Amino acid sequence: MKIGHFLAALLGGITIALVAIGTVWPVPSAVAYAGREGLLRSSSTPEMAIENLGNEIRLQDWQEAYSSLVNKAQFTQSEFMRDLTGYYPSLLTYSNVDSVEVLPLHASPNEADVELRLHYSTVVGSTTITRKLRVVKDGDRWKPEWPITKEPDLPPQVIPVNYLRWDVIYRGQGDDWGMQDVEAPHVRIVDMHPVDRAEGVVILGELLNEDVVPAYVSVAATLLSKNQTPIATEDSFDKISHLLLPKQITPFLIKFPNVALSDVGSIRMSPLSALIPASADPVIEIANEELHPTRGASLTGQLINQSGQIVNVAHVLGTFYDSKGQVVWITDGYIDSALLPQIPVPFEIHIPEDLAKSVSSQRTVVSTYSFGGPQ
Amino acid sequence: MRCNITALLGGFCAVAMLAATEGSSMSLPKTVEAGDAFSIQSTGSGNATLLIIGPLQLLKRDVRLGETVFFAAGSLYNAGRYLAVLTKESSTESGTFDVVPSNKPADLRFLAKPSRLPVSQHDSITGAVYIFDAYQNLIAAPMKVSFELSDPSGAEQQRTVMAHDGAAWSAMDSTSHQGIDKFVARIGDLSSTRVIGQVPGDPCGLKMSALQSGQNLRLVTEPVRDCSGNAEPDGTIVTFTESYDGGQSTVDVPLKRGIAEVQMAAIKGAAISVASGVVMGNLIRWEK
Repeated sequence: MKIGHFLAALLGGITIALVAIGTVWPVPSAVAYAGREGLLRSSSTPEMAIENLGNEIRLQDWQEAYSSLVNKAQFTQSEFMRDLTGYYPSLLTYSNVDSVEVLPLHASPNEADVELRLHYSTVVGSTTITRKLRVVKDGDRWKPEWPITKEPDLPPQVIPVNYLRWDVIYRGQGDDWGMQDVEAPHVRIVDMHPVDRAEGVVILGELLNEDVVPAYVSVAATLLSKNQTPIATEDSFDKISHLLLPKQITPFLIKFPNVALSDVGSIRMSPLSALIPASADPVIEIANEELHPTRGASLTGQLINQSGQIVNVAHVLGTFYDSKGQVVWITDGYIDSALLPQIPVPFEIHIPEDLAKSVSSQRTVVSTYSFGGPQ
Repeated sequence: MRCNITALLGGFCAVAMLAATEGSSMSLPKTVEAGDAFSIQSTGSGNATLLIIGPLQLLKRDVRLGETVFFAAGSLYNAGRYLAVLTKESSTESGTFDVVPSNKPADLRFLAKPSRLPVSQHDSITGAVYIFDAYQNLIAAPMKVSFELSDPSGAEQQRTVMAHDGAAWSAMDSTSHQGIDKFVARIGDLSSTRVIGQVPGDPCGLKMSALQSGQNLRLVTEPVRDCSGNAEPDGTIVTFTESYDGGQSTVDVPLKRGIAEVQMAAIKGAAISVASGVVMGNLIRWEK
C-alpha cells in the first residue's frame, strides 16, 4: 500500500471518529446554536436563573423566557418581547444577542440582585444592554423578576412642523458642455491634529459646512512618511456626522492602527462634500449633559426629539476640548431605542480615562436616521 | 507606303495618350474658409478620381481632367489640413491645403464658476469663453470679448479682454447683494449668459433673547443676517448651549422664517450662548 493511500485512509478515519464524538457528546454551545436546551441548567442559584434567562433571550425563546419570570402578571409576553427588541423599529430590531454576561451584585437566602448584560450584534457594531434583576427563591428554584420598561406613553397630538427641505437637480445630458452644474457644497476643516495613541495614530478634527445648502461629507487622510511616501490612507467611516446642514459642524476621527506618529512626516487631508437632498428636521435637543471624568469616564445626557417624526436610529458624537479649546478626543455611540417626539432617551458615551482629566468642555451632535430615508 | 502611314499614326496616338496620363495635375487653393465654396483646377485629359481627405471628412469626386471641379458651400467645414489626391489608373498626384475657421464667431461656450458663492468676495467669479464659428471650429484670431456681471440691484461690472487662441477669461468680484446674478460674455451681438447665485456670508452680530415660559426658557434670535445685511437662508443651523453647574444642554436649530427658536430648561445661574458655524453670538446669564 502506498504511503499516500495510507494517509488518506488515516485522515478519513480520524474525521469520521471526530464527527461521531461531536454527535454523541456535543459541546454545550453547539447544542444551544442547534436550538436545543443544552445550555440551560437548573435554576438552583440566582446566577444560573439569570444565565438561563439570558440564553433564552439569546435564542429568542420568548415563551420559555417569559414563563420563567416571577412577575409575568405585570406584563404580557408581547410587551416583554418588545421591551427587548424595541417598541418601534430601532437599532435592536435588526440585531441579535451575541452573548450573555451575568454579574452577581447582592444575595440573601431568599432573594438576590444580579446584573444581566446582553451583548447585541447590530448593523453598526456591538452594543450592550444592561439590566439589574431581582431574583427570588421559589421552592428549590430561583426565579427572576424582569424590570420591564413599558412602551413610552405618547399622547395623541398634532405637532405642527414647518418642514424645510432641499432637493437637487443636476445638469441634464442635453445641456451644452459649458453649462455649469450645481456647485458642490463648500466645506472647511476648521480643526485638525494627530494624536499618538497605543493603538496607533488618531486624527481628530472638525469640519464645517460653510455653505447654504446641506452637504453629504466625509473626510479621508493619508499619512506621508518623512520622505513623502504614503504610509496609509483611511477615512472617518462612521466617526463623523455625514449629513451637515448649513453652518453645522461635525467632529471626525480617523484611526491608523499600528502606525507611530514619529514615523509620520506630514498628513494629507481630503474632505469630500456632495449635494444631498435633505430635511432640516428633526431637531434633537441634547439635554442634561454631564461629564463624569472619574473611573469609567463618560458623558451622559438625554436626547429629546423636538419634532413630530419618530427617529429610528440616533448616533451621538461627542467632541471633547481641553482648557485651551483644542480637541482632546472624539467618541460616539448609537442609541438602541427609537426617539419618540418629546420623550427623553438617555445616552452614555465613553472617553478614555487617561484623557478625561484634561477635558474642560464638550460639544455634542446627533445624526439621525428614520426608516423611509435619511434625515 | 500605306503601312508606313499607319505606323506613323499609331505612334502618334501612343505618344499623345502617354502625354495625357503623365501630364495631369491640379491647382489647389492655399486656404479655404470653413464652409466656403471653392474649386480645384485640373489639367490633362481623360477621367480621374479626386479624393479630399481631412479631419473627420472624406470627399470623392469623379472628374474630367482639364476642367475645374467646383465644391459647393458647406462641403468642407472642419478646420485642419486636407490632403487632395488625384488618381488616374496607376498614376497619382497629391497636394495639401488648409481649411481655416471662419472669422465670424457663431457660438460662444461660456464656463462660469462657481455657480454659487458668498457675497463680497474679491475676484471670486471666473468666466472663460471659447469662441467657435458656425461649424464649431475654434477661432484662433484675436478678438475683443466683454464680460458683464449684474446683480439683482442693477449694479454692473464690466471687463473687456482680448481673446487669444480662441479663448478669453476674466475674474469678477461677488457683490454685496444676495440673489441671482447674470453673467454675460459678449462678442458683438453674440452673447452667452450664465447665472451665479450669490448667497449670504457668515452670520454677523448674532443676538438672542430669553423669555421665561413656565419652567422653560424661550430662546429666540433676532433675524440672522450677514455683515452686508443679507438674511441668512432658512435651514442655517444655530446652536444654543446652556451651561450650568456640572451640566450642559445643546440644541442645533435650523433657522425658520429667518429666526431660530428653542425652548430650554430655565436653570438659575445658567450661561446660555448662541453660535452659528464658527461665529459666536451673545451670552445670557439667567439669574431668575
